[in-house]
Amino acid sequence: MENNNAKIREFMGQFISNVDFADDEDIFASGLVNSLFAMQLVLFLEKDYGITVENEDLDYDNFRTLNAIVDFIERKTKAAA
Amino acid sequence: MDFELTSEQKAAHQEFRMFVDQEIMPYSDQFDEAQAMPAEVVEKMAKAGYLAAVVPKAHGGLEMDATTFGLLCHEIGRGSASLLSLLTVHGMVCQAILKWGSAEHKTHWLPKLATGEAIGAFGLTEPNIGSDARNIETRVAPTEDGNYRLTGHKQWISFAQVANLFLIIAQCEDKPTAFLVERKTEGFSTEPMSGLLGFRSAMLAKIHMDECLIPASNMIGRIGFGFTHVAGTALDHGRYCIAWGCVGMGQGCLDSSLHYSGTREQFGKFLKDHQLIQQMTADMLTQIKAARLLCLHAGTLKDKGDPSLIMETSIAKYFASNMVQKVAEQAVQIHGANGCSTAYPVQRYYRDAKIMEIIEGSNQMQQMIIAKYGYQNFMTASRQTAN
Ligand SMILES: Cc1cc2nc3c(=O)[nH]c(=O)nc-3n(C[C@H](O)[C@H](O)[C@H](O)COP(=O)(O)OP(=O)(O)OC[C@H]3O[C@@H](n4cnc5c(N)ncnc54)[C@H](O)[C@@H]3O)c2cc1C
Repeated sequence: MENNNAKIREFMGQFISNVDFADDEDIFASGLVNSLFAMQLVLFLEKDYGITVENEDLDYDNFRTLNAIVDFIERKTKAAA
Repeated sequence: MDFELTSEQKAAHQEFRMFVDQEIMPYSDQFDEAQAMPAEVVEKMAKAGYLAAVVPKAHGGLEMDATTFGLLCHEIGRGSASLLSLLTVHGMVCQAILKWGSAEHKTHWLPKLATGEAIGAFGLTEPNIGSDARNIETRVAPTEDGNYRLTGHKQWISFAQVANLFLIIAQCEDKPTAFLVERKTEGFSTEPMSGLLGFRSAMLAKIHMDECLIPASNMIGRIGFGFTHVAGTALDHGRYCIAWGCVGMGQGCLDSSLHYSGTREQFGKFLKDHQLIQQMTADMLTQIKAARLLCLHAGTLKDKGDPSLIMETSIAKYFASNMVQKVAEQAVQIHGANGCSTAYPVQRYYRDAKIMEIIEGSNQMQQMIIAKYGYQNFMTASRQTAN
């Protein structure tokens, strides 16, 4: 979990100049990321975690904050296991 | 990075080249003049399997790797930019369904798109909204029984005159959302557009949607994800296709220029032996090669699913469309007055090349995101050095 947090934070850090964003900060609402980030995040999660982000996963609650993304990855990898 | 093509890719490229030389090249100027793409050409594309290029084998497609698909776009682009746009928009609809459609969408539509029974078109742009696509005005309103009523107008939609399956982006609860809309839907109509500078046989049309009843099951993705994810996936595919198509058009310009400058004499020697012509030829060749490498790089990233594919594809599209605009201009120059006539294809390449800088996100839009990408990479590298 800690590990995932650091890894995803590092990926997101490329897009967010304020690297000290909080784990529960809404990155979409605060305008920290642009629309191209969305697809790159999908590709990153798919490639690095071997999951497929699908139709039914398209819910901002899965991507809104760093914590949400970490939770989402854990649910998806558990479901796939 | 090794950009050497495999023997399968080389063989596929040869097949595409022959198809274009036989079926497209001799007729593209006629299509252009008639401002129409004959149905037989679309049928030939379908028969050759090209409409199924990106569809997985499980759904009746060819499941080409990204580089092979790029080579197909290269050749079709060399043959006709208008026909390339069929491959582009049809593929955009396939990709959107493939990535964000439900299992039912995939089993129902992908086999039909693969055979050409269904022809796809992509409806994002509107009379009042182009680059600012997030703020489209087309709307859906929920009906009492949980479906939607779609109302609005789309414009400049490639192949909308003939397509029967449209990926339409509309506001749902004020959030961009994607829907599959069939031509046969009541209240749906198209109005052909003509007299364009380029893409003259790309069968463009306006789309009018008046209270069209759309089943909720036709939504692709979820509410609010129509632009970022569904159109995002489609446009990435579109940019890749266009980038490769520009390289093919550039190659067409170069081929015609090499032939012409090697046969026409002025001042007692072939044009190719005049240094100022050589300068143009060298620039054309170098620019085309550079664009091809950017496309090959983007293709490699696509096959790996690397997140940087989005930006590298944008860079390839930006560079290649810019390149072909310059290369086509030089090709017309080398052909002199002949270059301005329909006796040579370069006038068509020249007109089509301008379109490439406007579609799939105009080049100003690409410049804005590429500059941002540069800044992001710089900041990330600086942070890594500081740590
Ligand atoms: C032949 C052809 C085929 C097409 N096919 C399709 C299709 O199949 N489906 C579809 O949905 N659309 C299609 N389009 C539409 C195309 O995607 C749009 O034309 C494009 O997105 C640009 O929008 P616009 O023309 O409204 O220009 P605008 O957005 O009005 O822009 C006009 C100019 O201003 C520039 N500009 C805009 N905003 C800014 C800014 N913030 N900063 C700097 N410069 C800016 C643009 O780059 C452009 O040069 C097609 C267009 C053509 C010409």
